[in-house]
Amino acid sequence: MILVWLITILFAGGIGAWLSEKRNPELPRVIALATILLDLFLVVLMLVAPGVLGLDSASQAELGQTGEWLILSSSEWIPRFGVAFIFGADGLGLLLITLTVFLGLMSLGSAWNEIKERTGFFYFNLLWTLAGVIGVFTALDLFLFFFFWEVMLIPMYFIIAIWGHENKEYAAMKFFIFTQVSGMLMLLAILMLVFFHYQSTGEFTFSYFDLLGTAIPDGFGFWVMLGFFIAFATKLPTVPFHNWLPDAHSQAPTPGSVILAGILLKTGAYGLIRFTIPLFPEVSADFAPTAMLLGVISILYTAKVAFSQNDLKRLIAYTSVSHMGFVMLGVYAWTSQGVQGAVMTMLAHGFSAAALFMLAGGLQHRIHTRQMDKMGGLWGVAPKMGFMAVFFTVAAVGMPGLGNFIGEFLVLLGSFRISIAAASLAAIGMVVAAVYSLIVIQKVFHGENKNNLVVEDLTTVEMICFGFMMIGLLWMGMYPQSMLNMSEPTLRSLGVLFFQ
Amino acid sequence: MLDLLWLVPVIPFIGFLILTLTFGKLPQLAAGIVGAGSIGLSFVFAFLAGSSFLGAEISSYSQTLWTWMSVGDLEVGFTLYLDGVSLVMMYVITGIGFLIHVYATGYMSGDPSFARFFSYMNLFVSAMLILVLADNLALLFMGWEGVGLCSYLLIGFWYKDPNNGYCARKAFVMTRVGDAFMAIGLFTLFVSTGTLNIQEAMLEAEAQWVVGSGVATAVTLLLLGGAVGKSAQLPLQTWLPDAMAGPTPISALIHAATMVTAGVYLIARTHVLYLLAPEVQYLVGVIGAITLLMAGFTALTQSDIKKVLAFSTVSQIGYMFLALGVGAWSSAIFHLMTHAFFKALLFLTAGSIILAMHHEQDIFKMGGLRKDLRWSHALFLIGTLGLVAFPGFSGFFSKEEILATAMENHDGGYILYLAGLLGAVMTYLYSFRLYFLVFYGKKTHDGHEVMGLHLQGPLVLLAIGAVFAGFIHIPVEGVFPEMEEHHPSVMAQAAMILLPMLGGLLAWWVFVKGKVDTEKLAGQGFGAKLHRFWFTQWGMDWLYDKIIVTPYTWLAEVNKNDFIDSIYNGSARAVRFCHEVMSETQTGELRWYAISIAYGLLLLVVLGVLL
Repeated sequence: MILVWLITILFAGGIGAWLSEKRNPELPRVIALATILLDLFLVVLMLVAPGVLGLDSASQAELGQTGEWLILSSSEWIPRFGVAFIFGADGLGLLLITLTVFLGLMSLGSAWNEIKERTGFFYFNLLWTLAGVIGVFTALDLFLFFFFWEVMLIPMYFIIAIWGHENKEYAAMKFFIFTQVSGMLMLLAILMLVFFHYQSTGEFTFSYFDLLGTAIPDGFGFWVMLGFFIAFATKLPTVPFHNWLPDAHSQAPTPGSVILAGILLKTGAYGLIRFTIPLFPEVSADFAPTAMLLGVISILYTAKVAFSQNDLKRLIAYTSVSHMGFVMLGVYAWTSQGVQGAVMTMLAHGFSAAALFMLAGGLQHRIHTRQMDKMGGLWGVAPKMGFMAVFFTVAAVGMPGLGNFIGEFLVLLGSFRISIAAASLAAIGMVVAAVYSLIVIQKVFHGENKNNLVVEDLTTVEMICFGFMMIGLLWMGMYPQSMLNMSEPTLRSLGVLFFQ
Repeated sequence: MLDLLWLVPVIPFIGFLILTLTFGKLPQLAAGIVGAGSIGLSFVFAFLAGSSFLGAEISSYSQTLWTWMSVGDLEVGFTLYLDGVSLVMMYVITGIGFLIHVYATGYMSGDPSFARFFSYMNLFVSAMLILVLADNLALLFMGWEGVGLCSYLLIGFWYKDPNNGYCARKAFVMTRVGDAFMAIGLFTLFVSTGTLNIQEAMLEAEAQWVVGSGVATAVTLLLLGGAVGKSAQLPLQTWLPDAMAGPTPISALIHAATMVTAGVYLIARTHVLYLLAPEVQYLVGVIGAITLLMAGFTALTQSDIKKVLAFSTVSQIGYMFLALGVGAWSSAIFHLMTHAFFKALLFLTAGSIILAMHHEQDIFKMGGLRKDLRWSHALFLIGTLGLVAFPGFSGFFSKEEILATAMENHDGGYILYLAGLLGAVMTYLYSFRLYFLVFYGKKTHDGHEVMGLHLQGPLVLLAIGAVFAGFIHIPVEGVFPEMEEHHPSVMAQAAMILLPMLGGLLAWWVFVKGKVDTEKLAGQGFGAKLHRFWFTQWGMDWLYDKIIVTPYTWLAEVNKNDFIDSIYNGSARAVRFCHEVMSETQTGELRWYAISIAYGLLLLVVLGVLL
């Protein structure tokens, strides 16, 4: 039940925040903070003292699933169609829930002083997005999963459309259409899958466990798989489904960008790992070379596009696509190192991209532009900001000792075993990442401060947020084993190829 | 004391943390004490651990701190490994590093970013120590990338000048090209041997690989890619001269004494693999030979005092590569060590000269400085004699070892030997050209020696090293295969010593006696073309610019708006167009609707009849 509580608290907190605005526009952010802190407290309890919450082996035996599921609960919803509330979290899910709640807190930190209008509705949307994401990471009934998939989409649409920047309507609409169309494909695929399962067993069910290993008539498997794949590849995103992202990221308010880059993209990767490949192992194996190719193209193509951007947020957005290419590559290599690398990349990119968007947002808040040719020499006036920018850029470039390196190293190693060519091409990503990253530091922080910009250096709240994210990245880089150990049982149960 | 080994890289890292997290609030004195003191302390622990290692008479010692990554069959520990070679490297890094840090407290005094400078320096030392103490290639790669990062940060230290930023990025990106090759090399090695642990991988490779087999060639070539990037050898050497944009202590520490020799260390460290790929090993020697000659000629044409020294560094590392190529593993490490002494001395003395000349670096604006700058003159002369391998000075012992081994090497070593000998002539020529141009000739500008214990103190110690380091015995016997002693004949030895001196003589004849008008020689006709060719590093920068940089930026610029986006926007426009056409038909006029229905019916009937 703890997972349901996590989600319910966020839903309730969101409504509370919305209603409280009438009393005092300062109140919603306080309520949001309390809500997220409560969730964080529960998540930390789950991580360090699961016994307190009654999460021991006894409660895991439901549904006959044991072992890798740390938490599992189910109850009926629409029994006629086999739809049920099945929530579960294993090591991978727990890692991603932790990431979600933590980055939710960070995004709240970046909203704290930036969002001044319609605060109640804003924090409502923020909390509901988080609730949707946690739902996506825990729902094990495909109907329920689809429900949460939509729940995280619509509040995000409002965040971009209402609190966004100069071109917000266009960006929000684009985000909505891309996600919605691909989501419809997934819904269609889910229904087909359920139908095929009904055909072979005579039973209606949306349960993930029941649908695993469904016999699909020849010729249909690929198309059903593709429905899932396109939905997740759009969310990830991978070339050529990535075009919603640069607009959405650059137009969204900072907290929106933080959630988009830090968390929402990871739902796509999660979907691939949890659903697409395990549900369709054979067709996925046939499809893997194509997917790996898409991953490599994403890495190189968007790195090149990123290099020519002048809009700082747009540049970071393109680099996100590039980094997610590594995830695609590692997941479809389906080797232990490849998938573990993908998981590490998801976590580390969550931190580094969120931090970079917070920096870009902070800059925009201070100097009212995202155009890099109007910046320059800011190190002299805002050295703390410069230091943070260098730190997180360097992390994103894949500097060993920080989390992103572990992810990319493992992805490359894991995919090298499957395809030497793909891994070698992806390794070029190491070089081009350096090219686009260092140019940012040069254009924004180095050189002369020609326009005599006066920039207030980072505030205490910001320093605390960045400090947490620095520690997180260092932790992931120096002692990744703590996370690898958590996700390993999940990957074993999903049938990832482990070499011994 | 061996179990304190982990402190050696950790102490500089703590120094880095202190200097960074105070965000420049630390007063200069405190920052200097933390910055230089941490390296000094690290040296003390290195010394303690080293002497108990030598006293224990063991061949190697390893210390596992924690498991870094364990995924499937990949096991990577955060493990330090100490043997004769890493011991030498550790001493060089902490010892010479400490002297350079002390010097830098004087050189950088008054700089507004004094603490930031030392924080990067400390991080560099820490990363470099991890590089040489790593027991596996993943950890080595961590140090490898870490030093690259610090090199970038320090070259671009004076960030206000965009040119410094350009040079810093060039260094980082070019070495990263090598790093990408190296990473693929690691993967290949891992897939083939099942481990990234250096010692185990070498044992495994020895047991499995056939000499000259494809996998041996591939792995060694890929690792060589990393090595030439980091060590500024052909074809990735062009970043090092630009790296001179950084403050001079950086040039001494990173771009002369330590980081740029990492490639030599890597190849020596994995020498067993190279023995299994003789062609690649020979290629290492050939690269070294060509690089040392090219850089020698280029050094002859430079006018910036630091650039001359930079090219001489490239050239000297070429000697080390040559040594690796002919299997003189220990001589390569030996030359690495002596070079660290005399080149650090030369750079820091050059720094003193630059300070004395108020940040003038053009040697043609110097001249006749031997009276004004007595200290610098004496120290620079010692460094120069070390560099040219004058008998009795440290460079002499290491370089003669290399040349002697190359001469006796039967598998194509002789041609390498000849290149090395010619290179030795060039070394004399460009070194003494530099020396004479700065200290002899007509005095045009006054110089005032900047004095101070923290400036001249380290220089004197380095000078002592530059003279006597040749007598140090490096404890690498257990690491490398036994080498037969080479005793060239007296005639050969005399040739090796005396022939290069002709270069010095020529320099004296041209630049002191003024017998040749160099300006005229380099100013017109073929001489001008040759001068230009050499000066521009044999056109390689130009070539890279034309075949890589320009196409890439062009491609990026052309596709700035991401053509895939236009596909989606195009489909949106198409839908909108249809919408507009359709809404045109909704006029609200009854006549128009009636006619439409009539024509529609007609069309259907016609279609029905025809089909």
